[in-house]
Amino acid sequence: MFAYVVKRLLSGVVVIALVSLSVFLLFFKGPSSPAQPICDRDTGNRCTPARLEIFERNLGFDNPWYTEYGTFVKGIFVGREIQFGNATIYECPAPCLGYSYRTKVPVFEELKERIPASFSVAIGGAALYLLLGIPIGVAAARRRGTVTDKALVSSFLVISSVPYYLFALLMWLFLTVQWEIPLISDTGYFPFTENPAKWFSGMALAWIALGIFGCTTYTRYSRGSMVETLSEDYIRTAKAKGLPPRTVVYKHALRSALVPVITIFGIEFGTLLAGTIFTERIFNIDGIGYWSLQAVTAKDLPVVAAVAIFSATVLIIANILVDIVYSVLDPRVRLS
Amino acid sequence: MTTATPGSDSATSDDAYLVVEDLSVSFPTEDGMVTAVSDLSYRVELGKTLGIVGESGSGKSVSSMAVLGLHDAKSSQITGSIRVGGTEVIGLSENRMRKLRGNSVAMIFQDALAALHPFYKVGDQLSEAYLVHHGDSSKRDARRKSIEMLDRVGIPQPDRRVDDFPHQFSGGMRQRAMIAMGLINDPKLLIADEPTTALDVTVQAQILDLLQDLQREFNSAVIMITHDLGVIAEMADDVLVMYAGRGVEYGSCKELLTHPEMPYTWGLLSSVADVTSDTSARLIPIPGNPPSLLSPPSGCAFHPRCVHRQKVPGDLCATTMPPLSPGKRGDAHLKRCHLPDPDAIYQTEVLPEIAPDLVERT
Amino acid sequence: MTDVNVSSPDDAAQHPDLDPPDVTSEHEAAPLVTTFGELAEMGHTPAELDPDAPPVLEVENLRMYFPVKSPGLVRRTVGHVQAVDGVSFQVPEGGSLGLVGDSGCGKSTTGRLITRLYKPTSGSMMFQGQDLAGLSYRQMKPLRRNIQMIFQDPYTSLNPRHTVGTIVGAPLIVHKIIPKNKVLARVQEILEVVGLNPEHYNRYPNEFSGGQRQRIGIARALTLNPKLLVADEPVSALDVSIQAQVVNLLQDLQREFNIAFLFIAHDLAVVRHFCPEVAVMYLGKIVEIADRDTLYSHSHHPYTQALLSAVPDIKQAAIGGRRERIRLEGDVPSPINPPSGCRFRTRCSLAQEICAKVEPPLLQIGARHKVACHFAGELGAHPVRPVTAGLLGVDDQGSPSSNGSVESPKLSPGYEKTWFDVRSQQMTSA
Repeated sequence: MFAYVVKRLLSGVVVIALVSLSVFLLFFKGPSSPAQPICDRDTGNRCTPARLEIFERNLGFDNPWYTEYGTFVKGIFVGREIQFGNATIYECPAPCLGYSYRTKVPVFEELKERIPASFSVAIGGAALYLLLGIPIGVAAARRRGTVTDKALVSSFLVISSVPYYLFALLMWLFLTVQWEIPLISDTGYFPFTENPAKWFSGMALAWIALGIFGCTTYTRYSRGSMVETLSEDYIRTAKAKGLPPRTVVYKHALRSALVPVITIFGIEFGTLLAGTIFTERIFNIDGIGYWSLQAVTAKDLPVVAAVAIFSATVLIIANILVDIVYSVLDPRVRLS
Repeated sequence: MTTATPGSDSATSDDAYLVVEDLSVSFPTEDGMVTAVSDLSYRVELGKTLGIVGESGSGKSVSSMAVLGLHDAKSSQITGSIRVGGTEVIGLSENRMRKLRGNSVAMIFQDALAALHPFYKVGDQLSEAYLVHHGDSSKRDARRKSIEMLDRVGIPQPDRRVDDFPHQFSGGMRQRAMIAMGLINDPKLLIADEPTTALDVTVQAQILDLLQDLQREFNSAVIMITHDLGVIAEMADDVLVMYAGRGVEYGSCKELLTHPEMPYTWGLLSSVADVTSDTSARLIPIPGNPPSLLSPPSGCAFHPRCVHRQKVPGDLCATTMPPLSPGKRGDAHLKRCHLPDPDAIYQTEVLPEIAPDLVERT
Repeated sequence: MTDVNVSSPDDAAQHPDLDPPDVTSEHEAAPLVTTFGELAEMGHTPAELDPDAPPVLEVENLRMYFPVKSPGLVRRTVGHVQAVDGVSFQVPEGGSLGLVGDSGCGKSTTGRLITRLYKPTSGSMMFQGQDLAGLSYRQMKPLRRNIQMIFQDPYTSLNPRHTVGTIVGAPLIVHKIIPKNKVLARVQEILEVVGLNPEHYNRYPNEFSGGQRQRIGIARALTLNPKLLVADEPVSALDVSIQAQVVNLLQDLQREFNIAFLFIAHDLAVVRHFCPEVAVMYLGKIVEIADRDTLYSHSHHPYTQALLSAVPDIKQAAIGGRRERIRLEGDVPSPINPPSGCRFRTRCSLAQEICAKVEPPLLQIGARHKVACHFAGELGAHPVRPVTAGLLGVDDQGSPSSNGSVESPKLSPGYEKTWFDVRSQQMTSA
């Protein structure tokens, strides 16, 4: 198992490197100069070719791309100095992912600030949709074909047919503006360490939106997987042994039925952790998703690059964890 | 329609541990109501083995699952009577039914790899079977009992293998483990549904040996469901042949296999090759295909495939379902057929083709 | 949020006994026979051996070793699964050779080697003067017409998304044998030959019963007029009454089209009926190969004898109780690390020192009988001293005698006119 994890981590590092290189090349070799946005910004849109040249020289974009990539990578490990249009030298401590064009703050600092927000949204939302989705899916599977089952499946189908952003917006509209439900109407991220209660109430709406919408898919996954598992031979054996129905469903069937669900969950959760643009924007949460949206609008290239690398890292770790959990659940899978 | 059963004098009729009378099982399917089992009756005594022979669609598995009450009570319709050790099982509450399952009545299945839970250790699965019916025992007791049972069924190093997973056992060992799980609570009735079909010949022989040993030791009643007539010949005391959900022949093993009285049984015997048969014996298949249970043939369900129809006057075979009743061979041998003298036909027509060396010289 | 579609099988409530109802029974192509006499005529006696038929396939010293990789970061090959280790045999033209043995003996792998689904590690497979073993994929393609395979499971060996017509017609289109507009006619012709209704070419496999699906598989194998059919357990997944139908069909086809069969099965009774010659395999090697009568009534190898004694016998019903049988101890050894010398020795009651030291060659001991055993003999009449010692140049314990090395007699896939008689321990002839 240890060798397997090491192997996966090593190949993960290769993937991250490839992602960072691709992003780097995309900007470096793009049609316009990567220094253009910062030049425009700093000169108040009066960026002449001469000034652009200064920016390019200071930022190192006149060097060959492999040299600059090397500097970039070195910066991640030991930090470096960054210069823009004038003589000011900005210290960028390790790990240096560059300086935000928009705020002139080290990208890594801003990332660090926003990770708790995105992670809170992701963890809370995921917990809710799992806690709702899986039991409902199991219940529907056990009552397969009955009115209850059909009602559940069709109502969840309706919910999932609505585009997520619309669903979240409508929720926000009704719960916050229309009905003005106190406490949770004040959405946004408040650090847990400062005020747990406010953290909870600030996140609540985001979690509810994510939770209800997400649980429709997980209800469907778990229901389908459970129906299939319940027709397996070993469930018939469990019944023939005289086990009570609860044991048959929750001990024997659920563990097998969860395996495909967890596989999908691991990967989706990885994507969630890297930031949800709609949720953060609608519920005013200052997370990575919102930040990356701002960066794209402002052409803040270092931030966009950093978010890409961060997302890749999170997804790779999520994938490795999913495989490990898979092998823990299913003893036939030996990671070797 | 009442049907006679062998040995129905009052002295023995109460000795049988399992008595099935006029059992019918129907399920709803997409295409309509399907009657998988009709008017089935048989009995099994302690210490005896009943072999049930049939092909797909015969209802053999459905009927034994009904004994354990494993059919979905809400959708399936079960009528008739199944008495296990005197207790009527049809209509029994689920709670009381659960006390029987895995306890006084146990079932083992065909494919042990699919029938054992792949995620749990074999020992844990055995302990679970024990603990569900011995709630006041400790986990340690259950584990000890599991190791004991694994040893009893001939698994080497049982104290180490008890912590293995099913996929770590070979096919024969897995089947032994499943037998151990079935027998861990000393059931009075063991139902074995095709227990050796997926196994190699040598392993099959070992498993059959084991089942016979265990039956002798525990004096349990055994139902062996299989399509292999050779296994039936060596293991069964009585044989029930099923076709299209009905019993079509019933008698002692020796009697039924030497003097079969129903054309379907003849068809089975003639379509099975034998390692020691005469090399001029023909392999004669049963023409046609098994019947649809949705719209079974009128009259005798076998008549569309029966090549001896001509010997019955009129079109009795197509209009009237023959009763399961004794023929000329005595009360203990029942057959569901209109033919007046089947044994004569068998001895003079069929046997010379399929086993010329066995023809009795008169 | 990704939206992966997981299929939710609402119709998973399949009851075990309810096979798909046979929707085609009312359209049976062949009229139903009306008397037993007619039916008996359609049934076949076991096939006869034609001793003069030339071999259509000659396999010599075929080996298939699958590499076993080590776990860990660096995957090195740490051993080999010796699935097939030096088998030699012949299949006569228009005849059948049966291949039997327990699971793991290599019989299925041998079948797949013949059809070149695997490329052999070494050895030769001569077919019509060409050695199939070393050919490239492209060179094999035109030859695949001559050797086809029938698979065991009729439920999984047919593509459920293809119609019967597509399945049976695909080989014709791939090999461009006849123009596209003639394919349908040929497909219908073959469907009729195998006993299916030619009008059903547009149906999907799930609309047919198991026996009919197997017929579809046979039809597909027949489309190219192969000279050799490898049948890998063709009837074991079928009901008993359908097994006989399919076996009879295969015999009909053999007679009509002069097709040779390599019949792989673990059911000794079916093999006995279909094949005039049978080879018994154990752990990748052929331990005995003989014509039907010799093998089933006068086998000389202890494994064959144990196998035959384990088959349950219907005739036992008249006698009552179980047949006396030879019990084998232990489990089949691992094919990665097989026992030295004779591979069967770990479970054999006759094993002596020579068995561990010297591997017994597949020696011809009769006109059409070869056996690989140092103590070959009929049941109850096994010799006390090894009969092969003199031939191999070793003493009774297996140590090399005066010459200093072990001689191996020349072994060919076929039969010679002279052979080594075990009783007299001399070379004799007919």
